[in-house]
Amino acid sequence: MALFSSTSPHQRIKRRTPEIMKMVILGLTPGIIVHSYLFGLAIYVQIVLAVVTAVAVEALFMTLRKRPVMSSIGDYSAVLTAILLAIAIPSLAPWWVIVIGTLFAILIVKHLYGGLGQNIFNPAMAGYVLLLISFPVQMTAWLPVQSMQAFPVTFIDTLSLIFTGFSVDGYSVTQIKTSIDGFTLATPLETIRNALHVGETISETLKTTLFSLDSLQGSQWVNLAYLAGGLLLLKKQVIMWYIPVAFIVGITIFSFIPFASDPDLYSSPLFHLFSGATMLGAFFILTDPVTASTTVKGRIIYGLLCALLVVVIRNVGGYPDAVAFAVLLANMCVPLIDYYSKPKVYGRKRT
Amino acid sequence: MTQETVHNTANNADLESDIAADEVVIPANEDLQIYKDLSWQGLWKNNPGIVQLLGLCPLLAVTNTLTNALGLGLATLFVVIASNILISLIRHHVPKAIRIPVFVMIIASLVSCIQLLMNAYTYQLYLSLGIFIPLIVTNCMIIGRAEAFASKNNVKHSAFDGLMMGLGFTAVLILLGAGREILAQGTLFDGIETLLGDWASFMTITLYNTDTSFLLAALPPGAFILMGLIIALKNFIDNKIVNK
Repeated sequence: MALFSSTSPHQRIKRRTPEIMKMVILGLTPGIIVHSYLFGLAIYVQIVLAVVTAVAVEALFMTLRKRPVMSSIGDYSAVLTAILLAIAIPSLAPWWVIVIGTLFAILIVKHLYGGLGQNIFNPAMAGYVLLLISFPVQMTAWLPVQSMQAFPVTFIDTLSLIFTGFSVDGYSVTQIKTSIDGFTLATPLETIRNALHVGETISETLKTTLFSLDSLQGSQWVNLAYLAGGLLLLKKQVIMWYIPVAFIVGITIFSFIPFASDPDLYSSPLFHLFSGATMLGAFFILTDPVTASTTVKGRIIYGLLCALLVVVIRNVGGYPDAVAFAVLLANMCVPLIDYYSKPKVYGRKRT
Repeated sequence: MTQETVHNTANNADLESDIAADEVVIPANEDLQIYKDLSWQGLWKNNPGIVQLLGLCPLLAVTNTLTNALGLGLATLFVVIASNILISLIRHHVPKAIRIPVFVMIIASLVSCIQLLMNAYTYQLYLSLGIFIPLIVTNCMIIGRAEAFASKNNVKHSAFDGLMMGLGFTAVLILLGAGREILAQGTLFDGIETLLGDWASFMTITLYNTDTSFLLAALPPGAFILMGLIIALKNFIDNKIVNK
């Protein structure tokens, strides 16, 4: 066995911000493609809207701050924020939803805190929470998978729905999200929550036709695609493994405890791992280098904390999914986590 | 003569000379200058809402509409003027050691008065402001003015200081209330009849109609964000003035 040793620096490829951001966007593509294949092309419209808004706002604000405009747009961070926000919201939300969300994310959450690298909160998730709190109706209008939609939605219909609220034939989003047999469909997390509210157990819900017809499979496939994209990022060493692994292990453990105590009231770890925004969060949102913890121990604590919050909010909170809330709450703890997880300087005793 | 020097003269003097200081006739032009300083301090430079950041709890909690903001602003204005006058009147007779409890008691009685008045005359507004009317007692701005100004200055100046500080606070409340109401509902003076009576209902202005209100502006986080933006605007204007 040939052992070889080398002297520092060990990482010789110095990646610059634009390259990292582009790699992350590349990592998102499998998920976006699977999403558009299952749920329709609307997601691309949202992405375009978000990116255009983000770049325009970024340029405007950098001009106002008398900073170089091109380098700031060229680092793709605003584009990444826009894309993350666009894929997090329901695809057929009206155009002003994504525009308001992106404006808030870039203007208030990023630039008012001092721009890239200074923001405490993840801009995309803060934008998402703003939208979720402000426009609950639009933000919960999730579509069923395409094969289950009562009315075929063409690309023109998609544009029309996003910009006017009605398809070419005059159907509203609410009508479109109703399935062939007249049930209003929701995301798996929402379905479980609603069923629990009316007193059904989870095993009962999982057996109903409504649930098997539901976008459960869709949600799982999208999560798998994001997992694949995330593994690609790990392979390319764009992100470190600490946060995703801590988060996924955390979700598994923390959701297993209530599941083991009462499987009728709490969903299984597998269900938690492959529904909602779990995988998107694990690899693309939590790993934001600006707002996540920066030390090794800190990253593991951060990932576990997020996982705990996600499981707690999903199981007992008021909203069906929780990644955005968990990320923002964990962001607040990051300075504290960093402070207490600083590695010891070699040769010095802990003071 | 600035406000600080007004403080100091009163501060350093013991009881006897303080009374004497009251009787000293201040020249008319200096007196005018004091009033100018007090207005400038209360309305802008030392604004209780956006500079001292006092009384944030009611400031952020009840400013979801302009009417609520105006109602609470007027109530606070009344309390701060009245408490400044009363405290200035009794300032020589209160032992230093127990002055704070005495001030709080005076403020609490005044707040009880305003609470009963609002209960009697503006019942709907009384209901919508709820716990925040009695909570005026805990508004640090009022006890702050009592301790920092009224207990050291004569009645006229104290009353004027109360007026200006109250107006400064009310102005911030109105600004926040108007901003949040426009963002959340697209109206101004919605429900003004609960404050001023039915004749005032013509004042309700609808700026735009929307099916989907911007809920965040009506919720506390919206108040914090808007408050931050107002403070930023104030600092921006100050910087502009300094740079000129």
